[in-house]
Amino acid sequence: MAKKILTEHINVPGIETFDVYRKQGGYTAVEKAIKTMTPEEVVEEAKKSGVRGRGGAGFPMGMKWGFLAKPEGVPRYLVCNADESEPGTFKDHHLMKSIPHLLIEGMIISSYALGANKSFIYVRGELMYVIRILEKAIEEAKAQGFLGKNILGSGYDLELIVQPGGGAYICGEETALLESLEGKRGNPRNKPPFPAVKGLYQSPTVVNNVESIANMSWIINNGGDAYAAIGIGRSTGTKLISASGHIEKPGVYEIELGVSVEEFLNSDEYCGGIRKGHHLKALVAGGSSVPILPAHLIMKTANGEDRLMSYESLSDGGFATGTMLGSGGFIVFDETACIVRNTWNFSRFYHHESCGQCSPCREGTGWMEKVLHRIEHGHGSMHDVDLLVDISKKIEGNTICPLGDAAAWPVASAIRHFRDEFVWHITNPHEATQPGAVYRGEMELA
Amino acid sequence: MEDIKPQLVKITFDGIEVEVEPGTTIMQAARKIAEADESQAALVPPAMCYYKPLNASGGKCRACLVKVAQGSAKDPRPMPKLVPSCITQVQEGMVVENTTNRGVLDTRKSIVEFLLINHPLDCPICDQAGECHLQDFAFEHGSAKTRYEEERRTFDKIDIGPHVQLHMTRCILCYRCVYTADQITDKRVHGVMNRGDASEISTYIEKAIDNDFSGNVIDVCPVGALTDKTFRFKQRVWFTKPEDAHRDCDKCCGKVTLWYRGDEVLRVTARKNTWGEVNDFICNTCRFDKKKTSDWVLEGPTKVKRSSVISANKYRADLVKKPDFALKLAASQYKPVDDDRAYVTDEDTIRQQSIENNDKANHRSLLAKNN
Repeated sequence: MAKKILTEHINVPGIETFDVYRKQGGYTAVEKAIKTMTPEEVVEEAKKSGVRGRGGAGFPMGMKWGFLAKPEGVPRYLVCNADESEPGTFKDHHLMKSIPHLLIEGMIISSYALGANKSFIYVRGELMYVIRILEKAIEEAKAQGFLGKNILGSGYDLELIVQPGGGAYICGEETALLESLEGKRGNPRNKPPFPAVKGLYQSPTVVNNVESIANMSWIINNGGDAYAAIGIGRSTGTKLISASGHIEKPGVYEIELGVSVEEFLNSDEYCGGIRKGHHLKALVAGGSSVPILPAHLIMKTANGEDRLMSYESLSDGGFATGTMLGSGGFIVFDETACIVRNTWNFSRFYHHESCGQCSPCREGTGWMEKVLHRIEHGHGSMHDVDLLVDISKKIEGNTICPLGDAAAWPVASAIRHFRDEFVWHITNPHEATQPGAVYRGEMELA
Repeated sequence: MEDIKPQLVKITFDGIEVEVEPGTTIMQAARKIAEADESQAALVPPAMCYYKPLNASGGKCRACLVKVAQGSAKDPRPMPKLVPSCITQVQEGMVVENTTNRGVLDTRKSIVEFLLINHPLDCPICDQAGECHLQDFAFEHGSAKTRYEEERRTFDKIDIGPHVQLHMTRCILCYRCVYTADQITDKRVHGVMNRGDASEISTYIEKAIDNDFSGNVIDVCPVGALTDKTFRFKQRVWFTKPEDAHRDCDKCCGKVTLWYRGDEVLRVTARKNTWGEVNDFICNTCRFDKKKTSDWVLEGPTKVKRSSVISANKYRADLVKKPDFALKLAASQYKPVDDDRAYVTDEDTIRQQSIENNDKANHRSLLAKNN
């Protein structure tokens, strides 16, 4: 069995209550950190562990903590980004509802390390029941003296606030999240200044993903070096992968980074292979916003090496032949899936979720969706394919926040790898618009 | 106390060096160049959402994106993405490329395209035509054709009061009017609702904007989304003659521009600077109620740029100084070559070499085809 850090006790009955969690060794990391370590030592352990942001960008968490400005007399904030709304990603949801104390323990340790006396968990508004679970867990922790004034007699105070989101994907972007948390319209801010300098209420703020923070209790208990020993290269530790699509066993799996894609997809421990009688056609490895890859490129890199589930291996080859680990939304398509329809679906999502602040994203996402809608419904023309590539290029990199990039990449990559399928849709409109019609030309199936 | 002068920062903008105070944005530095030398006015990046008198404006329309080829003297790396010049502060030794960079101009062209795909293009019946920033922007940077075939987005019409006419379809969501209402008037009742390309400027449950300074949203609007109801369909702006005037007003500074047709004052606006930004905001009484010459003390005709459609009665390409992009690009990349090879003057040799070169080229293209 592979190493489990986050989900080791997730199936213990009653783990969502304080007593059971405590019996499984919970909150010992808080005791260790607050009683025996200085905040600087905790930050140092996070840096040593090399744990990278699990929200999608993969930026090292310890380094992010190191950037936090520490002016005198100004409060500092820690905000946990639990606004998980990426299509194909559902790991934080699973973690928070099953084992809420793990996140709360991580929040206490991280807040202590950053010197924050007020920390926020910004949970996606649709997950009201998870918010209730978290609030109940916070009450329990408070009753046991792990939260509130003078935690464990150390003189350190911490208040933990759960804030339901307003129901927008864009509020998962860190500055939009902060705006929303301040009670404003969730529009991303221009950067610089970065949140580490001017974040929530113009104070230095760190925004971290749920999974990143949940790792902290294990890191404190076992040391940053032990965490860094797990995984491969600069992709240290374990990662939760939300597997969905045409596989035998969809679900959330914790993997040691560095497992090969083939093993993850086909072994019985994880996805259990493509559903019976079908073949892999394409795969999105890190949530809807990362480039989609065809079967032959996801198993092996362009150089013929095995592709591994790690930040480096998945992005090998750049966007020409690679993709990204992103937030770990593993979406599998077999040969019955229509790439054009799927791309249109993703595009529709980004059109709906664009905040409308900057022009390339506001107008471009809608334009791409309309063109894709036309192609999918048999009214496309040949120049539409190049038009889509051009629009996606013009959006990418020219927007305030990464939503523009996230909208552009799936379209650009689908055309890059499945151009003949788009062309088939355009040249055979009658055939392509039949229910369940899928291009079965020269596909390379695995 | 000694006067402590801030150390000036030197940057290079399109090959022109300029010294500005620290904390200045790239846009302001470019405007400084143009103010010193009017022939360089075409260098200044266009601004659709940035409005200097309004705090926190800018960064949204992406029309002013520029390439920073060198971040600063200390850290000479180029910035990876194009940056909005209206909100990016200058650093010592920064090298900025605007009209000398092909990529910047291509991006700007696509921004025009994005802004226009959902714009109704109803300039012939729009009161803003002639003083519309989007019109100018499209004229200078856009292309004549559109690749957009789909239906344009429309909105339900809403009435936002007796003075201001809202045409949401023309809006480019620059947020200027929202900032104006926030910073100039005391009770903001309008803002942006919905999101994405369905976002619209709207008042709170369609409540009329009722405020002494609400008329200023008309002046800050770069397009025809917010226009003057008292001037609606009265006259094309280029047939009216602007005159500076003032009056004693207990609410505002009273300094305005009157727009005449014959002896009749058709509308009153605030005075604007070269960049289309108002100098002083004015109150609704001055703007909507005082429409007689006897209400005002005239100061003389407003200076209007010769290239402006207002003085020329139409858009004139010969008066809009378009920067010679290709020439500038060539000049910036020109390097004197130290070549001591003798010139070949013999015709046979030239013919022979040309055939060889052609063969090579053909061979390469054949190879590419076969592969």
